[in-house]
Amino acid sequence: MTSSAANCPVAIRIQEDDFDIAREIAVLTRSRTDIGAVVSFSGLCRADEDSSKIAALTLEHYPGMAEEEIKRHVDEAMSRWPLNGVTVIHRVGRFRPGQNIVLVLTASQHRRAAFEAAEFLMDYLKTSAPFWKKEESATGTGWVEAHARDDEAAARWTRS
Amino acid sequence: MKVKYFAWVRERIGKAEEMIEPPATVRTVEELIAWLSGQNEAYAYAFEKPKIIRTAIDHAHVKADATIAGAREIAFFPPMTGG
Repeated sequence: MTSSAANCPVAIRIQEDDFDIAREIAVLTRSRTDIGAVVSFSGLCRADEDSSKIAALTLEHYPGMAEEEIKRHVDEAMSRWPLNGVTVIHRVGRFRPGQNIVLVLTASQHRRAAFEAAEFLMDYLKTSAPFWKKEESATGTGWVEAHARDDEAAARWTRS
Repeated sequence: MKVKYFAWVRERIGKAEEMIEPPATVRTVEELIAWLSGQNEAYAYAFEKPKIIRTAIDHAHVKADATIAGAREIAFFPPMTGG
């Protein structure tokens, strides 16, 4: 899914393949001289969850809605901050610890907008985009439970 | 209407999607969950804690009191854990 508004190209992709952070930044900033800041957040599969060791994670999503829900939050980020480009890539499939899961890139003239928009997008990706993680460990497999701390993180951005 | 299930809701019900025709008395999301729960033990298990089930109508999140009239696709799933 790609779109562009107010000189802010948006790319949203859900894919099984890995992503190359440097390449994605190069695509975002190619031929641009108005971008002064690019913030990159990447989320990886980690081995330690509470006390158990994770062998693998499987990510499931709701095709169609996932892209649309991310787009809604990218649109809101663009209305809140002066952004010059946004890329969101979320992988699905089965991952080993150390592998990439999600990438958010935000570009702006100045760093503050890029930092804040990236954090805003990640907070909503975790609580509102329809993705679910299933863990495999030595003790078996089970669906990851949502954390109240993630809801609290997203609630920080709620405007009255 | 088409109904989709994800994550452990899908596993408990044993299918990813189906077409359903609830009676006209089923008007809201929470009424639909109650009606589905009465189908058999698998649905009752999936919806045993209806308050934690999230619902989307036509790809947008909705609350339990949302009307299902005119919905093309309704999805039920656990709280999201992506990112």
